[in-house]
Amino acid sequence: MSGEEGNDNKETSSPQKTTAKKQQLCCICNQKRPALKRPKTLEQICKECFYDVFEEEIHRVIVENRLFKAGERIAIGASGGKDSTVLAYVLSELNRRHNYGLDLFLLSIDEGITGYRDDSLETVKRNEIQYGLPLKVVSYKDLYGWTMDEIVKMIGLKNNCTFCGVFRRQALDRGATLLKVDKLVTGHNADDIAETVLLNILRGDIARLGRCTAITTGEDGPIPRCKPFKYTILGVRIAGIYSPNAYRGFAREFIKDLERMRPRAILDIIRSGENFRIAVSTKMPEQGICERCGYISSQDDLRSTCCLNHFSNSMKREWKWCKACVLLDGLNRGLPKLGIGRSRGVNRQKEVEQTNGTKSIESKQCGTLDF
Amino acid sequence: MACASGGCGGAGGGCYKDEEEKQVLVSENQNQHHCICLKCKVEESISSSSGDFTSDLCFVCFRSNLFCKFKQSITTNDLISPTDKVLVAFSGGHSSRIALQFVHELQEKAQKNSEASRDKAYPVFGVGVAFIDETNINSLELDKAIQDLRLIVSSLSPPEKELHIMPIGNICSSDPVEGRNMMSELLCNVTDATGKEDLLRYLRMLCLQKIAYDNRYTKLVLGSCTSSIACHIISATVKGQGYSLPADMQYIDARWEIPVVLPLRDCVAQELKMLCCLDSLKTLEVLDGPRAGINGLVSSFIQVLLEENPGRERTIVRTAEKLSPFHFNRLPEESKDSNNSHLPSRWRRRKKQNLKSHDESMPSEFLCPVCFSPLTKSDFESLTMKLGSSDTCSESEIFGSSCCPSCQFQILPKEHSSMEQFYSLLPQPMVARAPRDSMNGDQTWLREQIKDCLLSDGEDGT
Repeated sequence: MSGEEGNDNKETSSPQKTTAKKQQLCCICNQKRPALKRPKTLEQICKECFYDVFEEEIHRVIVENRLFKAGERIAIGASGGKDSTVLAYVLSELNRRHNYGLDLFLLSIDEGITGYRDDSLETVKRNEIQYGLPLKVVSYKDLYGWTMDEIVKMIGLKNNCTFCGVFRRQALDRGATLLKVDKLVTGHNADDIAETVLLNILRGDIARLGRCTAITTGEDGPIPRCKPFKYTILGVRIAGIYSPNAYRGFAREFIKDLERMRPRAILDIIRSGENFRIAVSTKMPEQGICERCGYISSQDDLRSTCCLNHFSNSMKREWKWCKACVLLDGLNRGLPKLGIGRSRGVNRQKEVEQTNGTKSIESKQCGTLDF
Repeated sequence: MACASGGCGGAGGGCYKDEEEKQVLVSENQNQHHCICLKCKVEESISSSSGDFTSDLCFVCFRSNLFCKFKQSITTNDLISPTDKVLVAFSGGHSSRIALQFVHELQEKAQKNSEASRDKAYPVFGVGVAFIDETNINSLELDKAIQDLRLIVSSLSPPEKELHIMPIGNICSSDPVEGRNMMSELLCNVTDATGKEDLLRYLRMLCLQKIAYDNRYTKLVLGSCTSSIACHIISATVKGQGYSLPADMQYIDARWEIPVVLPLRDCVAQELKMLCCLDSLKTLEVLDGPRAGINGLVSSFIQVLLEENPGRERTIVRTAEKLSPFHFNRLPEESKDSNNSHLPSRWRRRKKQNLKSHDESMPSEFLCPVCFSPLTKSDFESLTMKLGSSDTCSESEIFGSSCCPSCQFQILPKEHSSMEQFYSLLPQPMVARAPRDSMNGDQTWLREQIKDCLLSDGEDGT
């Protein structure tokens, strides 16, 4: 049922071979043969004990961190992958077993990449039936008026991750708003958080380094996000089919190698991230509201938007737009590169506009942007 | 290479016949980089023969740029004062070789200034060199290395420098053979490759401290550069030592009896290596080995990152620089001489500033007896609870509990009997750092450590 289990079958094959010589038993129940070796504790345990231990651990994380209150409506970000499938199962099971009193929903995003989400959406639909959780699929087409395939057709294979990433970040929040939920739960696991800690060190972002290990984020925003799998090593990850970012790729490879060498290192990175002595006075990026869609975005993004729109001559006043709105505006005006990277100055912007202006797709419909 | 010097442009047909494609690319590269120095605008800028390093500066400007970085870190952070006696830790690598060279040049200049002054009253700091012999290579190679080492140190005079060579086993026992045996047995008890390497590093520091203390040195200079610090930052993060990280990467680290200073913190290893080559500074390469376990993995990860962005090491160090340092990451009061009337006014002024900052109350940190890194508040609380609740703890158990989680995992043996043996082999200075008895015995250590908490609890209670 889980990535952890699937991932460890390889590791358990060698002990299973030697069982003929010495009959090994589950470390916990001491009755059944072990089915897997947990990367976290290196214990060899049977399938049933693994379910119990795993569910109990997640329950403890939820209780200790007070992630939910009774009566809350919770959206589970469901991609159809291992992490979110396990999350949907565990949350529905724990909700029933421990009477959390939560209203759970599945929320899926369809980026509109041919063949990419077909299987995973099927999985999510199966989860809907299996766990009895209502499902809402929100597509990029509905939200933005563009599918990723259409975007790639327009801008090519380079830089399309920027669009997908920015749109996806907002899509979950927009979907959650549509469902009128109180919290959004994602299947981000220990590997993801460890990777973020490393990336923030590599790029010198001390402010984000300080808050990236928090189990609940965005508490000051409309819909807080929680990560109940913060301390769970789930192993296998799935990347997008279009070009990945090189230096994020290096960090992922490093984490994979690290996990092979010392599984506990993942949790140690998180521990380091939680204990970093970051001064209280460290300035966190200020949040602002996009004047177009009302989405919360960092001031830096909003400022750059204002700058770009100022240069484009089409606005009489300076608008503070979020990154998604800028990208979308660029797409709709036939200037897809408008929001990518830094602005190179007035002349270059004008030049781009003049050369591409004739191809502008003014007629393209913009999706529902109210947040 | 011949094409480049002959000025055929590296594109002539003959070149491709005689040279391999790689070499042609190098010569092309060199031609591109053979331009005027950005700083002096007179000399040609430098590039290494292998083509893996280029600079926009000529040799003289490149050298003075590195020396300026070194000198600036010393003057702005008051790392070395005229009354100090400085011990330079020399491992045989490029960084420590440059540290030694630059410290020598600084001392030479100070000596000249002192001689030139009217009353010749300015003191000049003394310099010694320490080399820790931790090799398992055959004695012939080691003899040669030590011969080279003596040659290097003797070439750096006047002023004369004392050379201290200490086998790492001497920290366990004063008898060389017994010490060596104890050391190898101690390391055999550590199963984790990364843990073994780290323990060796901590023992090395103990040796350096011992040399410095026995010979009345007041500062210990390490050749840690941006690159090695960047590696340490990632390794420490991966090992769960995020809390103690800022302690190891500041210019000064005064948690040791003899304060440790890192004047080469702003120079990257590649530049230092280049300077060694250009300046024909001899190094002892034979003693350099590949790094093991996680440390090795981190080194190769950083190498990959550097290929993508050569400035990545600096960014990593800059990130960790923003973490709050500990109170011991500044000069302790005692390290400055109380009788300072003979010092230049700038030194006196700085001393005043230092004294001012030391008036503030300083929080005490409990340090892990193995790695000497500060424990987090929660780790310390669990230690005090453990010591308070257990009645019959053996010394080795108390030692094990007072270590940081990282050392507990990767260095300390898991089994009780191995731990007992490991503890019995540990050098005395390391054992002495840990509390000796649990709550049923002498409680002074614990009381000292939790003094602040006890006071606040009492106030709250009344």
